[in-house]
Amino acid sequence: MATACCWDCRGLLLSSYRAVLRSKEGCSLSNHPVVDAAGVEVVILFLFSHTQGVKKPYKEVIDICWGDAHSGGTKPLTFVRQVIAVCIYPELLQETTIAPDVKERARRLLRECPGGSVGKYCGIPFVQDGVCEFISKRDGGVPISPLHTGSPVQFVLKLLVHGKGLAQTGVLTPIPCYPTFVMGLTELGAAMVPYYLCEDDGWCLHVEELRRALATSRSHCNPRILYVINPGNPTGHVQSRESIEEVIRFAAEEELFIFADEVYQDMMYAEGSQFVSYKKVLFEMGPQYSNTVELASFHSVSKGIMGECGLRCGYVELVNLDPSVKQSVTSAFNTERNTAVIGQIALNIMVDPPKPGDPSYPTFSQVSLHTVEALPGTSFQAGSGGIYAYLRLDLPQKALLQAKEEGTDPDLMYCSRLLEEEGVCLVVGKEHGQQEGTYHIRICIGTTSTRLKEVLRRLKSFHLRFLNEFS
Amino acid sequence: QQCQPALWKMTENCFMHHRTKVLTIDTMNPNVKKVEYAVRGPIVQRAVQIEKELKAGAKKPFSEVIRANIGDAHAMGQRPITFFRQVLALCSYPELLEGNEFPEDAKERARRILQACGGGSIGAYSASQGIECVRQDVARYIQERDGGIPCNPDNIYLSTGASDAIVTILKLLVCGEGRNRTGVMIPIPQYPLYSAALADLGAVQIEYYLDEENCWSLDVSELRRALVAAQQHCSPRALCIINPGNPTGQVQSRQCIEDVIRFAAEEHLFLMADEVYQDNVYAEGCEFHSFKKVLFEMGPEYSDTVELVSFHSTSKCYMGECGFRGGYMEVINMDPDVKVQLTKLVSVRLCPPVPGQALLDVVVNPPRPGEPSFNTYIKERTSTLQVLAEKAWLTEEVFNTVPGITCNPVQGAMYSFPRISLPERAIQQAKEKGQAPDMFYCMKLLEETGICLVPGSGFGQREGTYHFRMTILPPTDKLKIVLEKVKQFHQSFTQQYS
Repeated sequence: MATACCWDCRGLLLSSYRAVLRSKEGCSLSNHPVVDAAGVEVVILFLFSHTQGVKKPYKEVIDICWGDAHSGGTKPLTFVRQVIAVCIYPELLQETTIAPDVKERARRLLRECPGGSVGKYCGIPFVQDGVCEFISKRDGGVPISPLHTGSPVQFVLKLLVHGKGLAQTGVLTPIPCYPTFVMGLTELGAAMVPYYLCEDDGWCLHVEELRRALATSRSHCNPRILYVINPGNPTGHVQSRESIEEVIRFAAEEELFIFADEVYQDMMYAEGSQFVSYKKVLFEMGPQYSNTVELASFHSVSKGIMGECGLRCGYVELVNLDPSVKQSVTSAFNTERNTAVIGQIALNIMVDPPKPGDPSYPTFSQVSLHTVEALPGTSFQAGSGGIYAYLRLDLPQKALLQAKEEGTDPDLMYCSRLLEEEGVCLVVGKEHGQQEGTYHIRICIGTTSTRLKEVLRRLKSFHLRFLNEFS
Repeated sequence: QQCQPALWKMTENCFMHHRTKVLTIDTMNPNVKKVEYAVRGPIVQRAVQIEKELKAGAKKPFSEVIRANIGDAHAMGQRPITFFRQVLALCSYPELLEGNEFPEDAKERARRILQACGGGSIGAYSASQGIECVRQDVARYIQERDGGIPCNPDNIYLSTGASDAIVTILKLLVCGEGRNRTGVMIPIPQYPLYSAALADLGAVQIEYYLDEENCWSLDVSELRRALVAAQQHCSPRALCIINPGNPTGQVQSRQCIEDVIRFAAEEHLFLMADEVYQDNVYAEGCEFHSFKKVLFEMGPEYSDTVELVSFHSTSKCYMGECGFRGGYMEVINMDPDVKVQLTKLVSVRLCPPVPGQALLDVVVNPPRPGEPSFNTYIKERTSTLQVLAEKAWLTEEVFNTVPGITCNPVQGAMYSFPRISLPERAIQQAKEKGQAPDMFYCMKLLEETGICLVPGSGFGQREGTYHFRMTILPPTDKLKIVLEKVKQFHQSFTQQYS
């Protein structure tokens, strides 16, 4: 069961934590979001040790928590940034160093902005058209009009979630799941209904487990939404077509609205693995499904090869929406207005990148993802996609007892020590939810190979010491 | 809970599973249904349709739709400030730092911002509260603006435009059931973000009327009347002020602000001061006074106790950069436990768009005298504000020559909100159509002239009065034509329905 994050000390200590860490010479920590990172409790301990001027065997803390490519050292794509720069400052159209396809794209986008400026309020229809085309090419089906927004998942959740007690909207949520989704549910007043992914089976989704979760939930809420993440976060598991079909059939039988979070669809690394979208599978299952099952598919510029998390832009495609709600959805969308135009430019490029033959095509390349080998005393259900490795720690009995004595969770104890001794900050499994008695850590592998190698080196060194100490 | 029986079970080959939709108008979140946002409501949707019809070659008595409905300066041709765009371009594509196209002061600011970003990129997540050095710069700006009154960067929260911050604070405030349900005082007329947010959150809307006869000023006795009436059915907890006003454009006097603060202190209300138009002040004798400054100048009895949040953004003033979604709020005297919750709440969306944060940084940290870009910057800024002031005056002047239209001075912001008198027959016809009379008027205006305005009913107004809101943003030449057309339309409309 995913636990609610412990908020009591975070806000108070976070600003002082940052100030102290920054002021320490020779020890830098790049800016990272103030979120529920399990790392926060960990870094609070770190803060205290640092204020005591303790010397560390490392110069730099490596924060490998976030699915943030640029923070992790990956360079932004030149084409994307050049187009954005030209759109912001059209005088650059005179620059000879900027490639013609960049200029052409920028001109096109600027033409679509009234006043020729990206300073206007959102909603560039041209971008929307591009997204339609992209979906159409990807899936070969009939595209519906996607809506671009800063927080697509929250936007659609808000349309559905309401009610209290037995009428409270329930959302079937995978365990493990990334923490901000669960926080979002709490904020909106939805009931989280956990369903466990099967670790021993490569983290795949078993429909019987969905059924079990659904059945138990009906006694305390009104389950209406089935949330799936494909490729998975943190698991990296990529669903097979058969699995997707099963889920769609289940949603149809049980009258559930499917939310398919597919933001990692471009990050596929295992040989022979393939991403197929929920929309495509739905349409290939014939009209009794494709005409009825309600589906929201999500994608974003934050992940994938662009990794532009800071631009805050994504889209949602709503399939089989009841005609009675279309007007309300449009109104709600018009009131939102929180998509920065720069984000939409990035979105446009994501769905319509440079093609072979374009001058910028050679530099518009795929991020290479590196795999993680299992260490002794850990097990690793390697995923085929996404940008995380989710390792299970097989902690010795002595370590579990030690944790109990310290009054903390075993995986949190592990991570605190890892941070102290090796300066590596990662996400504790507790933050994602896990089966009782299991412990995990999440590492972001969407980073430079040098950085990842260093992380793994330090992790291995720590891990072997840890096993030794508690053997 | 809606319960529709499944009529037939699904089998492999034959029967269709009779499935009801999960999301229907009846099962949707009822608060979402209640939300209306007039600025982009039905009249705008019709305007978009007309644009499409024109493009398809339809013949109309006009060749283009003029969108005088939304406060979007650049869409109406206002030029961006060169320096800001230079810094943003440099932040977006840092390789430009190596070249010679950009002045040193722009490069210096870009470098500073990038250093504060993860991996030196504006594409990385930032801290949820906003990039620290930006918050520090914002604090410094506020301190300078307010004559040295200290501003703590920890009280600054960057946001996605001001609207996002306003909604966040309202989320914290709204609670309770029935008679204990949170009531929020908002001005009438108001910017419909407030009514939309209150509907969305299921809060009680408490309306206080601005005084049209007195240039839309705020009267504390009216605040009191509204409060007392509201106490019967809800728990009033917050008071929202928009200064300079939207849609009314009034700029509050210092005395008025003091009175409001005193009222809030007496009645134990949380003050929300929407100050996004703070640089848009045009009228002689009018001056922007920040709520924070006045609060602190009233001494510790108030400055130590009154809870205040001030909002600002990069969307208005002389920048007009709505598309970047830059903004911030400053929280004063917020309970420390609540502040922790606020910090948590803003983290759910991870962070505000980083380009917006970068833009905000350079807005609060513009070129200083002596710096290479200063002259151009000050020239552009002065000119933009000057032109707006001229258009504000022009609008007031022209509208007041039309029998049946009265327009209060546009002291600030970006809109005129003239009052229109409508013939009885027109009002009747509107009612028959199920439309608000000023909506009926504006729809006709749109169909006949292509000018898109927002009816006063979208902002709230006293019963039996009618208004429309028109922006002062179209370029001067176009504005003159628009004013003339509205004048002619009003006269023919009045004649037609008399």
